[in-house]
Order: sequence, then C-alpha cells, then structure tokens
Amino acid sequence: MASLKELKLRIASVKSTQKITKAKQMVAAAKLRKAQAAAEAARPYAERLEGVVASLAGKVTGDSAPRLLAGTGKDNVHLLLVANGDKGLSGAFNANIVKAAVAKARALIAEGKTVKFYLVGRKGRAVIARTFPGKIVGQYDTTEVRTPGFTEAQAIAQDVSSRFFAGEFDVAHLFYSAFKSALAQEPTEQQIIPVAIPADAPASTGAAVEYEPDEEAILADLLPRNITIQVFKALLENQASEQGASMTAMDNATRNAGDLINRLTIEYNRSRQAAITTELVEIISGAEAL
Amino acid sequence: MTLHFELVTPERLVLSEDVYMVVVPGTEGEFGVLEGHAPFMSTVKDGTLKVYDRDGAEPRAIHVEGGFAEVSESGLTVLAERAG
Repeated sequence: MASLKELKLRIASVKSTQKITKAKQMVAAAKLRKAQAAAEAARPYAERLEGVVASLAGKVTGDSAPRLLAGTGKDNVHLLLVANGDKGLSGAFNANIVKAAVAKARALIAEGKTVKFYLVGRKGRAVIARTFPGKIVGQYDTTEVRTPGFTEAQAIAQDVSSRFFAGEFDVAHLFYSAFKSALAQEPTEQQIIPVAIPADAPASTGAAVEYEPDEEAILADLLPRNITIQVFKALLENQASEQGASMTAMDNATRNAGDLINRLTIEYNRSRQAAITTELVEIISGAEAL
Repeated sequence: MTLHFELVTPERLVLSEDVYMVVVPGTEGEFGVLEGHAPFMSTVKDGTLKVYDRDGAEPRAIHVEGGFAEVSESGLTVLAERAG
C-alpha cells in the first residue's frame, strides 16, 4: 500500500490537473459562443453566393464553361485539403477529421488514383505524413493567427487554385468538421474543385435576367470567390467544432478527476486510520506488559 | 416606393433595410437601382455605394471591395468581400 505521504502528493497532483481541465472547459464554453455566432453570421453570404453560382452554372455549359466549373476532364489526381486545428485538448476533434481523410485517401488509392494532401493547421500533420509519406504537397500554417478568418481562407483558396491551374491535380476535396451542436461534430467531406452544383439547384425563375458583363465573365469572377467562401466556412465550422469538442472532453476529464480524488481520499483516510490503530495497539499492549 | 437593400460580407450581414435608391459602381459603369428594377446581375468594382434613404436626401457612402450585385423581385443584394 502506498504510504500516506505518497497518497497526499497524488491527491494534490490530481487536484491541480482538475483545475487545468476545469479552466479549459470554461474557456472553451466562452469561445464556443463566439465561434458559433461567427459561423452563423457567415451563413447569409455563403447561401446567396451558392444560389447565384448554381443558377448561373445551369446557363453556362459546354466549352465556354470556366475550368473551375468544368474540371480538367480527367479525375486521376485528387487533392485532399484537410483543415485541422492547431491545439490539442479537444477530444477526438482532430483525429476524426484525419480519420475521414485517410479513409477517403485509401478508397481513392484502391481505385488506382493518385492522392495528394494539402494541410491546414498543425494537428494531423504527423499522422498523415506517417501514413502517406511524401504525399503532402503543401500546407498552410495557422499557428500564428489567433482565429483564422477570411484573409487566411483567401490565401488558402488562392494557393489551391493556382495549383489547379498549374495542372497539379484534377479534383479537390475539402475535409473539415461540421458543427452540429456542442455535443456532436461531424467530420465532413466536400468537393470544391470542380465546383459541385447541388442537385436541387433552383431552376431559373423564367424572368429574363440581364447580365453585365456576360454570364461567363460573372461566373469566372464568382467561382474563385466561391472556393474562398467554402474554405472560410470550413474554417469557421472547424473553430466552433473544436471548441465544442474541447468543452465536452474537458467536462469529462474534470468529472473523472473528481472521481479519482474521491477514491484517493478514501484510501488516504483508511491508511491513516490503520496507522493510528496500529500505534494504539502498540501502546496498549506495551502498558499491559508492565 | 421602397427598395429592399441588403449588403452582405463573408463575416456578417452588414445592412438589411428599405431605402429609396442605391447607386452601385458596376464594372461597366455606375447604375442606380430603384424599386421595380428589372432582374439584373453585375460584378461590382472596388468603389463607393451610394445609398439614398429618401428622394432627394443626401446619400450615405459605403466603400465596398470585391463585389457582386444582384437585383431580383425581392430587391437588391450586394455581396462584397469587404465593406465599410
């Protein structure tokens, strides 16, 4: 049995761990509210842009369609754009995104396709580098930025698009964690190049719409912006998910630490009592011997 | 006689209100939008939006960058990467 002193030290150490997890939980709860509000505020723009792109894409077809919409005509090389967080202490948040990306990569390789990775954020880099050595073609570092925002999304989208136009890949998929609630975050895959047009795209309203300059020019202007906004949305969803996952994980950790403290305290009290009893027995038997 | 006008950036919905007229700096020239304007889509160059609350009123100027304007039955929507 551990000595009294050891138990005491152990309890103190678990208590300080609990303080850390408790603090992290409260920080995550506060940040979650902010991240959630940011994700909601970004929704109107994304929705409207998506609607416009969908209605235009229906009108522009054939050879005149921009390459971002039509694709390269091949689908041999796939780029997996994996958006992760920079910090741990958030449960399975990063692991789930990486797992989804790795599963997709395995499926694509099994089909005989070439897979490349482009990573955002610090987490997950090691796992992917180990599983698919030499497949990481680029990464975007967000460690210096407090909350990745539109500027970062623009830089990422520009980098990825220029790689597309340089012919480095044919199809790009984006992996991030969609925020459902503080308890549920869902790793999500989305094709961003060529732009996937939702099947339920609103058909043209019939009203004659005038375009200035023309449909192709507007679409060519909007498509790169659409990619930026998809990346931006993914970054925001990721932030909300990360805080949600972190809050849940830290809540669990705090509770576990509490249980552990209770158990250790009981053990400590028992050993203390046992020690006292032994001492008493020794004194009494000593006195009786006289 | 009011035009529903919305100005949206990726970060938030900047404005959503009923105004009299908005003058938009389109890539092929400025255009004013009043209520009942025909459906219309245009790219917007970096410049200043002029919002007239009432007929003859002094316009409010809003600087926009990287924009796109859409006029439909429900009014005018300007999507801009930066506004303010």
